[in-house]
Amino acid sequence: MSTVVRIDDVSKQYGTGSSALLALDHISLDVRQGEFVCLLGASGCGKSTLLSLVAGLDRITSGTLDIGGRHVALMFQEAALFPWLSVAGNVELPLRLQGAGRAERRERARELLEVVRLGDFADKRPHELSGGMRQRVALARALAQKADVLLMDEPFGALDAMTRDILHDELERVWREQRLTVLFVTHNVREAVRLGDRVILLSSRPGRVIEDYAITHPRPRRIDSPEVSGQAAEITDRLRAEVARHAG
Amino acid sequence: MPAETVTQDRSAAEVSGLDALELGPRTQKTRRIWNSAWPKLLAVAIVVAIWQAAVLAEWKPVYVLPPPADVFTVLRDLVITADFWDGVRLTMTRAITGFLLAVLIGTIIGAAVSRFRPLRAAIGSLITGLQTMPSIMWFPLAILLFQLGESAILFVVVLGAAPSVANGLISGIDYVPRTWLRVGRVMGMRGLAEYRHLILPASLPSFVSGLKQGWAFSWRSLMAGELLVIVPGTVSIGVRMQNARDLFDSALVISYIIVVLIIGILIDQLFNAADNRLRRRWGLTEA
Repeated sequence: MSTVVRIDDVSKQYGTGSSALLALDHISLDVRQGEFVCLLGASGCGKSTLLSLVAGLDRITSGTLDIGGRHVALMFQEAALFPWLSVAGNVELPLRLQGAGRAERRERARELLEVVRLGDFADKRPHELSGGMRQRVALARALAQKADVLLMDEPFGALDAMTRDILHDELERVWREQRLTVLFVTHNVREAVRLGDRVILLSSRPGRVIEDYAITHPRPRRIDSPEVSGQAAEITDRLRAEVARHAG
Repeated sequence: MPAETVTQDRSAAEVSGLDALELGPRTQKTRRIWNSAWPKLLAVAIVVAIWQAAVLAEWKPVYVLPPPADVFTVLRDLVITADFWDGVRLTMTRAITGFLLAVLIGTIIGAAVSRFRPLRAAIGSLITGLQTMPSIMWFPLAILLFQLGESAILFVVVLGAAPSVANGLISGIDYVPRTWLRVGRVMGMRGLAEYRHLILPASLPSFVSGLKQGWAFSWRSLMAGELLVIVPGTVSIGVRMQNARDLFDSALVISYIIVVLIIGILIDQLFNAADNRLRRRWGLTEA
């Protein structure tokens, strides 16, 4: 499988001189085509910084970051849908920016909303939907960007456990059907094990890769299955040891 | 049925079930209208009652402070004359012309200031300063510049309203949420496209507030102007009011006050309707 994102010896520093903050310290990481990679770490590990760099929203300080000119889409904890557009309008916007015609846009947006099972809500306004539904619209919008890589920054962090559980199933289904490559940031260990092919554990301040777990449990997985819980416990112990290092 | 399809059906049912549970029922519309109407009616009733009480207590002679009933009669006789409507038309024409000009100028200045950093440093605070300036202060200068003419009034109306419009746009652009900008960037929005598809629509609520405030300022400036700058041969609301005062006709003066108040309220309601509609569409209020 080909490499889609190549992060080689990348560092990111904010500011200069004595007030400089090293957010990422010589990170190396390859994400292959179709892989679901979870970035896991405590506060201050630079998970979100790394996503911003991959998204091209921020410049790296040193190293090489190569996404081979591929398109990326970004999702956050908040859906960040635009309130002046309908649900369909939000999904159509990336298509509009790509220069697609009106009929084509409408057709494609309808398809994508069907993918996230929101076909009946095309004409609603974002605020009329629940938090989980908004995230699904955001997912449809990300798909409309024809992105090769989907970058997700704790997208389910603000949702209740039941909704999150169902959205894990949904995301897994869409990822498989659409053959996406996903880079998923979370601080929830079980979520990472539930979803990922790999779980990359980052240290805090500065962020470094300290472990790269391959998750081989067969899919579909359940977040409360013994296998997921068992591996999550193991990773949690490692994470706690890392957090304890910062004591005092 | 193959196992895969069964799983698919079940998860589809789970998803739509959750959606249905999370979307609650809606509230009734007539009830909302009544809820917002009765306090206003009550307020009017209280004002009229206090006014009537002041008259009954003979706080001032009746020819200075006539009772509400007399004023309403004068007002009723006034609004059926064509002459009165000519005055209203003249005043409203001035108001609308001035306001539209202010919107045009304010929007251009606001867009320029939010786009170019040096310009902001140069005149950003000046705009806020102008906003707090009582418009009546401009009239002596306006009269020197334009004599007693329409231009003098227009000048002051525009100066009164344009800063609010500019400020509304500037703060709207300033407070576009960072996440939206990031989403836009990742979608590939740059330059003009970013303005068209993101920044301008996102700043709309603030811009509408600016328009509303700008209108209030232009209406006040206009009323001050019509009382101060009497353009020969014109009979605006302000001129008529001044005439009524010269004739010691209190009932007519109060009638014109009510007319100005009602026009102000009606237009304010228009802006509120636009504002509320926008907020409802955006989900900024609990509908």
